[in-house]
Amino acid sequence: MPTMNMLQAINNALDIAMAEDEKVICFGEDVGIFGGVFRATSHLQEKYGKARCFNTPLVEQGIIGFANGLAAQGSVPVAEIQFADYIFPAFDQIVNETAKFRYRSGDLFNVGGLTIRTPYGGGIAGGLYHSQSPEAYFTHTPGLKVVVPRNPYQAKGLLLASIRDPDPVLFLEPKRLYRAAVGEVPEDDYQLPIGEAEIIKEGSDITLVGWGAQMEVIGKAVELAEEQGINCEVIDLRSLLPWDADTVAESVLKTGRLVVSHEAPLTGGFAGEIAATIQSRCFLYLESPIARVTGLDTPFPLVLEKEYLPDHLKIFEAIRESVNF
Amino acid sequence: MTQYAHQPVFLTGDEFSIPTFSLLSPEGEPYSEGDAPTLEKDHARRIYHAMLATRILDERMLAAQRQGRLSFYMQCTGEEAAVVGATAALDDADMVMAQYREQGALMYRGFSIDEFMNQLFGNELDYGKGRQMPIHYGSRKLHYMTISSPLATQIPQATGYAYGQKMAGDGHCTLTFFGEGAASEGDFHAALNMASVHQVPVIFFCRNNGYAISTPAVEQFAADGIAPRAFGYHMHVIRVDGNDILAVYEATRQAREIAVERNQPVLIEAMTYRLAAHSSSDDPSGYRSKNEEEAWRVKDPLLRMQKWLLAKGWWSEDEEANEQESLRREVLDTMKRAEKRSPPPLESLISDVYADVTPALQQQFDHLKQHIRRYPEAYPRGAKSLDLSVSTDADSQGGE
Ligand SMILES: Cc1ncc(C[n+]2csc(CCOP(=O)(O)OP(=O)(O)O)c2C)c(N)n1
Repeated sequence: MPTMNMLQAINNALDIAMAEDEKVICFGEDVGIFGGVFRATSHLQEKYGKARCFNTPLVEQGIIGFANGLAAQGSVPVAEIQFADYIFPAFDQIVNETAKFRYRSGDLFNVGGLTIRTPYGGGIAGGLYHSQSPEAYFTHTPGLKVVVPRNPYQAKGLLLASIRDPDPVLFLEPKRLYRAAVGEVPEDDYQLPIGEAEIIKEGSDITLVGWGAQMEVIGKAVELAEEQGINCEVIDLRSLLPWDADTVAESVLKTGRLVVSHEAPLTGGFAGEIAATIQSRCFLYLESPIARVTGLDTPFPLVLEKEYLPDHLKIFEAIRESVNF
Repeated sequence: MTQYAHQPVFLTGDEFSIPTFSLLSPEGEPYSEGDAPTLEKDHARRIYHAMLATRILDERMLAAQRQGRLSFYMQCTGEEAAVVGATAALDDADMVMAQYREQGALMYRGFSIDEFMNQLFGNELDYGKGRQMPIHYGSRKLHYMTISSPLATQIPQATGYAYGQKMAGDGHCTLTFFGEGAASEGDFHAALNMASVHQVPVIFFCRNNGYAISTPAVEQFAADGIAPRAFGYHMHVIRVDGNDILAVYEATRQAREIAVERNQPVLIEAMTYRLAAHSSSDDPSGYRSKNEEEAWRVKDPLLRMQKWLLAKGWWSEDEEANEQESLRREVLDTMKRAEKRSPPPLESLISDVYADVTPALQQQFDHLKQHIRRYPEAYPRGAKSLDLSVSTDADSQGGE
């Protein structure tokens, strides 16, 4: 099996999707000959031509508005927003249009073919505007799907599933892992299910839930905890909208403890949604309060990024507090 | 007044052609048909000094980035005349709202090399408290709005700021810089429309430098540049040779008169070229040729102004050599100082989010401090501003 980093896996998924279906069209800022600022679309213009892989003018609301129209026509747009931090100019097109197309037309029209890819997250010395994790703004929007892969294998399988999914998908790519995450990725076409969490590691004492880049950090915290004899179950949500409450609830019924971690600020973050749901489904089985380990309720800093981020030590402390409650 | 035609008439705008205003030839000689420039000797030297200092700062800081001393950098190289020339035509108390590549404007207004360095290294003296990436400068004193990374957001803000200036009746205007790429954003169009409807003293200054990261201008717009868009908004517009200091200065000077005396917005399109890479993270060889770059190097705005100054006897080879040498030394010395300074204090994580720290945020922060006390070696910057020998009660009342 070939080894790929996450960018290569994404590029490979796009290549497969474009080769299979000529309706698949990739575009965004610098996506053409240059292959995108991170090189996720490298060589696609060479292979499939300028009509199917191209640079757009620099206007995110235009990119997504255009993509909505294109998807409504029956094409399969894969639009790139260069950084998740710059998705907000397109917010109206996404939350009011993309998400509501099918509903408001009584299914006369839909934009189910649309996939929006965008790099998100911190840990790259990017400061305020190259580090945000905006998932919660979108998980509050019925009609969208929100997917976040954690490694190259997931990225390829989930991206192919997103492109072929009958609903519009926001695909958040953990940019800190673009080159850092390397692993075996099958050359062939394969898909991973959207809406199903994956139990990465079984355990009996406590459940840890996260997604995307945070899974690596959770992994390190779990190593520390296991050295102390705490047996952890680790779940990667993979898809935040819809999210797999059953898998998480089943796990918590078994372990009685839950820690959820994300980089975005605490207040209004997606961990709150998980905590509320699990609390209602597992109330009598909980042995300690559900803990959230998150960014602070502030914009993303630069110099003090390490202090801000929910790292393995902060998660480890939350595990300890939970177990010793 | 409505004019009727009884045969269909489709227009494309090709009917208009917008000339490029230029006063100095690429050899630095004034065109005889041009009006004599109004620049005084001292003012010309101040402008040149800012352009030269910007060039040298850029060279040194790119080198520092390559040595791993700095995380990121963006150069103004090739666009010094456009940026400094426009700023020099303003009153020093007029507002400048820039995109990010306009350090020349700050240099002209007297931002010290120390002030540049403190921001670049995000140390305790950085006005932005180490929160933004390098090159996101700001100075209240010098009327230079702090840079925000999301493109074009400053353009409608400039319209609003200038409307406030008009209401205040203080005789000032706002100039906003942006690239031809950023001019594609919805914010640009909203800004021009509101400015012309509300008769606002704002100057929209587009640096058309040919590229937005890798995207060449031909993939950015199909029309003749940015300038013709002004027609749609019924706005004054001028296109200028952005590598010609005299033309940029003169065009902006007159634009300011229109803005301040008549409360009308003006669009200026400066035709120039981004001689450097987009940023220190970019490699332009993937999307443009060396030949193309070389063709523009010949039109270097700095050399063009230098030749003009030398010919007038307002500058000498000796002064040039001395000035370069002393600027290089100053940049290196201040860089060493800035690198050694402490990071901003841990409290800067939670200040300025709101005017006052909220109770919830204070609780999160106390919890964080408690955590850093437990693992000081994992957070060297944060630990630096905590007195680790004392553990206060407040710190240990953990939150979530
Ligand atoms: C809203 C938004 N989208 C995308 C980006 C990423 N980005 C930063 S600079 C840039 C290109 C800007 O080009 P241009 O406006 O022509 O200015 P230049 O860099 O050429 O000076 C892009 C796409 C951003 N900062 N903000």
